Amino acid sequence: MALTLDIIQEKLLEKFGDQISFFIDPFGVLNFETPKEYNLKILQFLFDDETLRFRFLTDICAVHYPDEKGRELAIVYHLHNLVDNIRIRYKVFTAIETPDIYTATALYECANWMERETYDFFGVNFLGHPNLKRIQNVEEMDYFPMRKEYPMEDQTRTDKDDEMFGRGGTVIYNK
Amino acid sequence: MGRPVRFNINPQKTAIKDAIGFADMPEGFEGEGFYATKFEKVIGLARKNSIWPLPFATSCCGIEFMATMGSHYDLARFGSERLGFTPRQCDLLMVMGTIAKKMAPIVKQVYLQMAEPRWVLAMGACASSGGIFDSYSVLQGIDQIIPVDVYIPGCPPRPEGVLDGILRIQDLVHNESLRRRNSEHYKALLGSYNIQ
Repeated sequence: MALTLDIIQEKLLEKFGDQISFFIDPFGVLNFETPKEYNLKILQFLFDDETLRFRFLTDICAVHYPDEKGRELAIVYHLHNLVDNIRIRYKVFTAIETPDIYTATALYECANWMERETYDFFGVNFLGHPNLKRIQNVEEMDYFPMRKEYPMEDQTRTDKDDEMFGRGGTVIYNK
Repeated sequence: MGRPVRFNINPQKTAIKDAIGFADMPEGFEGEGFYATKFEKVIGLARKNSIWPLPFATSCCGIEFMATMGSHYDLARFGSERLGFTPRQCDLLMVMGTIAKKMAPIVKQVYLQMAEPRWVLAMGACASSGGIFDSYSVLQGIDQIIPVDVYIPGCPPRPEGVLDGILRIQDLVHNESLRRRNSEHYKALLGSYNIQ
């Protein structure tokens, strides 16, 4: 019997019950969410279960929602069942003051660099990561650039004139 | 019977003086059997027409530069056909393309490895000012880390622009005083970049 999203949802609910919430499937990809303490248990269950077999971690990324108090940072795991060719998305949310979450490096080797990247851009602190340091940005950088509290433009620039870039300045455009 | 083949039996020979370009003679004193000028001018003339560029190409400006090196635009006409790929032998550092902040120490190291006299050309908007990448990861112009002699505007500049930039560099090389690199002014310039 082919694996369907209904079976995945059923199995997860059977095992974890009321800890799981928010099942939606936009574009045929199942999304669900749990409290952040459960992330390793969920990933391990999805990995080990003989029917589910989500044994490939496509990506880890994060999203910053500045308006959702207490759950500003979403960490998203993209998982792939290579046998049945089914993808799911698993999210955990954390407060931005305590962005601590357990590392998945014991389960997936490839999580090592993905978590470093997520730390680099969003400052998610992966507890137990063997080498949690910046991977893409310069090491001297003292902020997490993809968080929305930082403007997109480089604040250290001195040579660029706002007027030349159409933002602010003294030039008033009449429309 | 076929038409006889007509050979061009009287080909016009090109006079050698028309086939070779000569640089203008620097100003000096000339008389029968002697010619005297400043050493500086002769060296400037020689350096100007034999610049070895070091291409530091990171993105689309590098592609335009490759066109400049090709047969259509042919940088070799200006005595710069010999690209060196070691900074130790080159005179002109051509930085072409976006320089990320993580790349900045490498550009600086390449510059430091070049021997004096050395010139720097920033090609394109990104190398000159960061261009459209007004972002946390991109260096806002290479003149934040090394002194630049000539900037070429454009995104990317056309090969004609690159040739014009090379000619501007040649002007600088030609007219540079031999003492410039020892001057207090130049030392202060390098000092402002933390270069000894």
